[in-house]
Amino acid sequence: MKVLIRGAGVAGLTLAHELATRGAEVIVLEKREEIAGNASWQAGGMLAPWCERESAEEAVQTLGRGAADWWEEALPNQVSRNGTLVVAPARDVGELDRFGRRTSGFSQFGAGEIAALEPALAGRFGRGLFFAGEAHLDPRQALLALRDKLLGIGVRIDFGRCAASGFADIEVDCVGIADRRSELRGVRGEMLMLRTGDISLARPMRLLHPRVPIYVVPRSDNLFMVGATMIECDAAGPITARSTMELLGAAYALHPAFGEAELVETGVGVRPAFADNLPRVERDGRNIRINGFYRHGFLLAPAMARQAADIILGNRAAKEFALEPHR
Amino acid sequence: MLELYGQNLSSRLLLGTALYPSPAIMAEAIKASGTEIVTVSLRRETSGGKAGGQFWSLVQSLGVRVLPNTAGCHSVSEAITTARMAREVFGTDWIKLEVIGNHDTLQPDVFGLVEAARILASEGFDVFPYTTDDLVVAERLLDAGCRVLMPWCAPIGSARGPQNTGALRSLRGYFPGIPLIVDAGIGRPSHAAAVMELGYDAVLLNTAVAKAGDPVTIAAAFGKAVEAGHEAYRAGLIEPRDMAVPSTPVIGMAAFS
Repeated sequence: MKVLIRGAGVAGLTLAHELATRGAEVIVLEKREEIAGNASWQAGGMLAPWCERESAEEAVQTLGRGAADWWEEALPNQVSRNGTLVVAPARDVGELDRFGRRTSGFSQFGAGEIAALEPALAGRFGRGLFFAGEAHLDPRQALLALRDKLLGIGVRIDFGRCAASGFADIEVDCVGIADRRSELRGVRGEMLMLRTGDISLARPMRLLHPRVPIYVVPRSDNLFMVGATMIECDAAGPITARSTMELLGAAYALHPAFGEAELVETGVGVRPAFADNLPRVERDGRNIRINGFYRHGFLLAPAMARQAADIILGNRAAKEFALEPHR
Repeated sequence: MLELYGQNLSSRLLLGTALYPSPAIMAEAIKASGTEIVTVSLRRETSGGKAGGQFWSLVQSLGVRVLPNTAGCHSVSEAITTARMAREVFGTDWIKLEVIGNHDTLQPDVFGLVEAARILASEGFDVFPYTTDDLVVAERLLDAGCRVLMPWCAPIGSARGPQNTGALRSLRGYFPGIPLIVDAGIGRPSHAAAVMELGYDAVLLNTAVAKAGDPVTIAAAFGKAVEAGHEAYRAGLIEPRDMAVPSTPVIGMAAFS
């Protein structure tokens, strides 16, 4: 079985891995000259199916549960399984109750437990929710490691190309927002990278706020990724002053040390989403499309790659994978 | 029948389009509520890019009237610029005018609001001003050319429900012929019914629906509550009494001892 995949974002590379390890011959075409720069590159990399349930449908939780295992198996040592800690500023602690009512899989933590978990935050938050089963990875390291592994197991990746014909039995589009179909819309996300050696965190933090909820994900080299806005708009231009202020203000509320951090990068990605914000695997003859990951690329790409690989390799019928919204 | 700037409407519920789990759920909630007017924000939903693209197309496909707002504007000039852009983008003279005066409470800057309302009314806009429950400000807004008033009943998104029913009653009493729409602070259907029982003409909601456990179901519940409150007001409510009054007649009944 020969498969051609368009797009070397998280959707394309996870599918390439799934197919190659099951014995298919795979070529990936990427129109960019390198991995960097797509929406996946700007991702938070949180594998947080329980937290995401706060605003996502049940399918996101169900499909996302196996993500950390998939990534760990594919890329040993890339996944940190330290859970997620959710906190709120003192005057917004009511947001914790709201968040808790809509989610499961957490423990209520008091000030002492928060300090034990994240010493840098000692004395700053009286209450929090700890989601012990969640994990995170660095999306950039993960994408590069996945590329290297794929090259090592014989997958061809051609950069700077998007057209090819005649090679494959099946062609799969994993091109994200570059797919201009009208059912897909863009949801702009903006992020910052801060660098400071003054504090360290072991796990993603979510700071709840009625207007500006943010997350801070620790990465190596004293880097912290702060994200992310959600704007119904497909413009990919630079981050706005307002979004920068909001993200920085929230990071500062999490810990004043971020006020002295270096702002080393700002980033903008456009998330591809269908109207229900759930991803789809669609088949039309020998053409398959995987798209609509919205804000759940790293979380849901493994499940969708498995589904698509099953279809491609003939294990199951495509119609079994129609995603029904659960409510 | 509710009439707003010459448009007749059968639903007395207006819905915002922000904060829903997904556009699909938003669309279902709008349908379930029976609303005929939705508010859209120019600032966040449509800035840059292709004017909101698919999100805007989805809103248009619902067949409801669109009320653009100037949410997030903190000055008169910002609000006026946004209103003019909204007229171009959405093709309507309707504008929900917000001039925010306090970043924390999102309280309207009523001085800037009156000034902006006057300018926009003179440019032919049909202004729906988001205001406090202050009677004098309401008079100034009407002088400025507004023909609808949208007082808050509590801060935006606070879900606290009516905080000062005395002031809301006073507005209703002073402006019997002006459509009054409670704009902000409603958290539950009972709040919506309560302000409608005061004789308010309509209610505008967003967070209470979008952030509820099941936005579609609660949207329908709000639609019913608004209708119930309005019917109750039209029917005429009895006044509370300090002492009990039997509802079953006792005069003429045989007395046993």
